[in-house]
Amino acid sequence: MAQQLKWHLAKVLEIRQETPKVKSLILEVPNWTTHLAGQHVDVRLTAEDGYQTQRSYSIASPPEDTYLMLTVERIEDGEVSPYLTDDLRVGDRIELRGPIGGYFVWNAQDARNNHSPLFLVAGGSGIVPLMAMIRHRANSGNKVPTKLLYSSPYHEEIIYREELDDISANDFSLRVIHTLTRRQPQHWNGYGRRIDLAMLAETAWEPAENPRAFTCGPTTLVEAVASSLQKLGYKPESIKTERFGPTGGGTV
Amino acid sequence: MRDTDLRLDGNAAGGLLNEIFPFEMTTAEATCAGCGTMKLFGETMFYRHGMGAILRCADCDTALIRITHVRGYYQLDLSGMTYVRIAADIITGHRSGTDHSQ
Repeated sequence: MAQQLKWHLAKVLEIRQETPKVKSLILEVPNWTTHLAGQHVDVRLTAEDGYQTQRSYSIASPPEDTYLMLTVERIEDGEVSPYLTDDLRVGDRIELRGPIGGYFVWNAQDARNNHSPLFLVAGGSGIVPLMAMIRHRANSGNKVPTKLLYSSPYHEEIIYREELDDISANDFSLRVIHTLTRRQPQHWNGYGRRIDLAMLAETAWEPAENPRAFTCGPTTLVEAVASSLQKLGYKPESIKTERFGPTGGGTV
Repeated sequence: MRDTDLRLDGNAAGGLLNEIFPFEMTTAEATCAGCGTMKLFGETMFYRHGMGAILRCADCDTALIRITHVRGYYQLDLSGMTYVRIAADIITGHRSGTDHSQ
């Protein structure tokens, strides 16, 4: 039976620095039921005076993993992320509930996900739920043609850069296309501007191939991508969006 | 910060909705009283404020649901919706997500 989600006490097993501003938390969650790639959890912090605050964080780990990974970007003047990225230590415990969301999900076992090519568009930490999908796809042996278009401000701020390189080097059905909006290294062969209609026209699957699109990132990026894909002929219902609100800072 | 910066997808309201409706409410569908559009709750616009939260129609901005949680009561103003449709297997938990694309 469906039921009300309970708050779990998760234990921090490992903290991984992904980029200067981003850390991954690997969590052990007792009695965790499995999730779907793309779902999120609510994290709740309680101050000593009883004040509580909570935020939603996408799950980065695929359903096949034993432990839950959240990847958190430190937001200046944020209420929750500075605690998670600066103060939290291995062995500490945090409260979370989930998994939440049935809309922004991709399941490799769904029959039609074996033939509808996948177009993923990420801005900054918007990569997190899409990474869960990429990891889930890799684990399940699903070979549906997949492209990731990923916008970051700087090269050193590309989250999961080495893992994306590794997965795509070993899987010709997955192509990763980067764009760096602020500064590009020498001999950069990716894009060097914000995602726009022309870039999407060059990288997206043809609508005739019946693709599915997922885009996640700052609100402005997500809305621009969704409207551009519709201009290119994508059906509105084939485009799933997840806005990160103010957290992207508009830099990607 | 502009108001649009605080806008999230209805998907982010999943945890709050689950406090009231103990199933995956983001995959239920609502028809907007303002413009008649039918969308999943996950596709609506979600604004969270100190006192509570508002889910708005993505097409015409009508407030579909206003939720406050004050002094031990959840209070829901549902006047922005004319109709809600929920798949039975979401309520029974046989399906955690629906998928209406294509």
